[in-house]
Amino acid sequence: MSDYESNVPSPLAWPNYYAAQSKRCKDARLKAFFDAGVVDPQTPLNEVPFLAMDFETTGLDPREHGIVSVGMVPFTLSRIRCRNASHFIVKPRQTLLPKSVTIHGITHSDVKSAPDLDEVLHDVLPMLAKQVVVVHYRHIERDFLNLALLTRIQEEMFFPVIDTMLLEEQILQKQRSVVASLLGQRSTLSLRLPDIRERYGLPRYNLHHALTDALATAELLQAQIAHHFDDKTPISQLWC
Amino acid sequence: MQAEQVEISNFLSQYRPFDELTTEARDALAQSIEIAYFRAGTEILHFRDTIEDLYIVRSGSVEVFRRNGELHNRLDEGGIFGQMGLLMNGKVRFPVTALDDTLVYCIPDEMFKHYCAEYDDFADYFEADDVGILRSTVSRSVELSDLTTVKVKTILTRSPVTASPDWTVQEAARHMGEEDVSFLLICTTDVQSGKNVLNLVGVLTEDHLRHSIVAEGMPLTTLISEVMSTDYKVLDSNDYMFEAMLMMLRFNQKHLPVMNRQEPIGALTLSDILRHESQSSLLFVKGIFAQQTVKDLTVYAKQLPAVYVRMVNEDANSHMIGTAMAVIGRSIKQHLLTLAEEVFGPPPVPYCFLALGSMARDEQLLITDQDNALLFDNDYRAEEHEAYFIKLAKFVSDGLAACGYTYCTGDIMATNPQWRKTFTEWQECFAGWIDNPDPQALLNCSIFFDLDGVYGEIKLADTLKAFVAQHAKSNPRFLASLARTALNRTPPLGFFKNFVMEPDGRHGQSINLKRRGTAPLSDVIRVHALAVGSSSQNSFDRLDDVIEAGILPDGKGRELSDALEYISMVRIRHQAQDVEQGEPPDNTINPKYLSTFEKRNLREAFQILDKAQQFLKYRYTAQTSLK
Repeated sequence: MSDYESNVPSPLAWPNYYAAQSKRCKDARLKAFFDAGVVDPQTPLNEVPFLAMDFETTGLDPREHGIVSVGMVPFTLSRIRCRNASHFIVKPRQTLLPKSVTIHGITHSDVKSAPDLDEVLHDVLPMLAKQVVVVHYRHIERDFLNLALLTRIQEEMFFPVIDTMLLEEQILQKQRSVVASLLGQRSTLSLRLPDIRERYGLPRYNLHHALTDALATAELLQAQIAHHFDDKTPISQLWC
Repeated sequence: MQAEQVEISNFLSQYRPFDELTTEARDALAQSIEIAYFRAGTEILHFRDTIEDLYIVRSGSVEVFRRNGELHNRLDEGGIFGQMGLLMNGKVRFPVTALDDTLVYCIPDEMFKHYCAEYDDFADYFEADDVGILRSTVSRSVELSDLTTVKVKTILTRSPVTASPDWTVQEAARHMGEEDVSFLLICTTDVQSGKNVLNLVGVLTEDHLRHSIVAEGMPLTTLISEVMSTDYKVLDSNDYMFEAMLMMLRFNQKHLPVMNRQEPIGALTLSDILRHESQSSLLFVKGIFAQQTVKDLTVYAKQLPAVYVRMVNEDANSHMIGTAMAVIGRSIKQHLLTLAEEVFGPPPVPYCFLALGSMARDEQLLITDQDNALLFDNDYRAEEHEAYFIKLAKFVSDGLAACGYTYCTGDIMATNPQWRKTFTEWQECFAGWIDNPDPQALLNCSIFFDLDGVYGEIKLADTLKAFVAQHAKSNPRFLASLARTALNRTPPLGFFKNFVMEPDGRHGQSINLKRRGTAPLSDVIRVHALAVGSSSQNSFDRLDDVIEAGILPDGKGRELSDALEYISMVRIRHQAQDVEQGEPPDNTINPKYLSTFEKRNLREAFQILDKAQQFLKYRYTAQTSLK
């Protein structure tokens, strides 16, 4: 799906990548982000500071489409803290298409007076610093942010994420019978956020609001870990 | 920057007390919320841990427990918990466990307190809803602490009633009558440093007298020392009430001598404790006898469910509740008979009104039908006396029905001429059942083997009981037949999800805990009890006799008693819940309403019953097939 996947460091290489980036970066905001470093790969899940993040965009291709809103909710395995959540609406450099408006409900007049992403980076990047970002489907948030930065400040930004969709796929894969695995059969269960949530007994939310989706993703990760992982598992086994 | 938690705020707006907040206040509250996820079965709040939030169930469901492990409440979407701990001392008072996979919203303590101070409606909700609970919890802990803080010596009301071991049993009986006690402390007197000191050498109860004189025909000149019990437990005057209660239940001793150092200073009886433990049931009994007419009595009896619920909430065990309910049922019968004799005149011949089944066993609960019979002195002549007793029986039976004790569907009632017999006829009837046991006939009449005199010439009933115990013991064919009928009702295997799992693989929607649990257990226990010649009627008493006789493998008797207690308590609690929710109580339970904990324990109890039935088959039926 993504051309950028190959550029993403391997799970254990994150500390080296951050160290290298902090030397390479010119932009002070981005340098500060990399200076803060990455969460130690050996950190057990129950000690990791997570940040659930969701973007609403004008479309699905990071090269053609832009970000219109950012929702972020910090949490740990035991608590999701709404108090420290943030939500930004930004003005995309690409045209806002009617089709995407019907999905996320952010209209032309909403974005008209909104700042460019560049102007909110000094608020967004410190929230991301030294957190493990949690998303549902990694090719949106990480790729869109990276391309937005390349466009605006000509610098690259990757960070480790936990992708609750990928995680669910792996969980379902493990649960399938050996025969089914040998035959290469894939699970037929849906990997859509609301469908997975329902399987974990989580409530139905009205999705496509960046903040609600971030919250929904945070809750999902809590549920997935409660059901399938020891909370002492090192974070490096789950991030990518 | 705006970080409105739309979903959370919308959710809160559907539930009290948040629905009464302004939108702004609710949004602000929503933004302060923290969220946590708990898998089914995990503990959310642990007793006495620090609590810092008010909890709201967002999805799933939770169970709230009392600190003694009893289920207090079950909450689903919108349910609130933790307020008690926050309002009291910041420690968890009611532990909470996730029943399903559960998502909870947590409102931090400071926000909760801030909103209580700021918004009256919000505060009122917790006032109205919970300070009531709070108050009852506090007064409840006072009641509870009563048993745990009151010492035995403080409730002793009279000096010990004693007798010397060299008195005759006749003198003992007369002394009991004069002193109006059912229990004598048998003492010798020593002289120590110039003072007379009592030295306890044994105890003598009415049961001892009945057993030795009535059942074994010993002469009235027998000395106390020959029949008294020298193997008994004693209390120290500094023991607490709950210790006394536990000791009575554990050793099935209804009377306990109370010692101060080496000297007896009094005796505590089960009724002293029952009086202390559940005032309400005792007052209720007093009230029964104060009712002037049957109509008054039926109106009065409507309070019975409330009395029952109160006892359950006071943490009484099944033995206490069963006894108290049986005492109440018995008192209603007695009072109805007094009223009947006022209407129809004194009885033409001496008679005894018999209770059968659960009332005779002191195991009555809320839902029970009237099983009763009449026993006449041998002077009874049908042609002369029957008309009187037909009227009497109908009066009592109709009165009982009006008081909530439904007519017996099997027509085992004194209104049925078949169950009105003279002493000799009853003897012959029992002898017939015992000597020529027909399993089909026994099916309906095993209920007669739980029998107790309620009113009139009680000694007639006692003599009949002793006859049955004696006669049944020595008859293996009868025991085999009775054992076979005791196998008719079997327990389920256990539970799966919300279904009852049957041995043949079927899944049931509900379970009758009486038919599938307590009744077959009582059946099993009855067979063993009759086999060892026990004349006890209560299942726990019977088990003690059985254990003492040593016919069960080690530990099995205790297991049976635990199983009976557990199933009874689940049954009792669910009936109490029905009453509290304004539904008619019954014995049927949908597993959906059982906690995981209850399901697990019930399953274990069912397995004990199943094993006990297998053992019964082997123990009694195998023996006869060899003959």
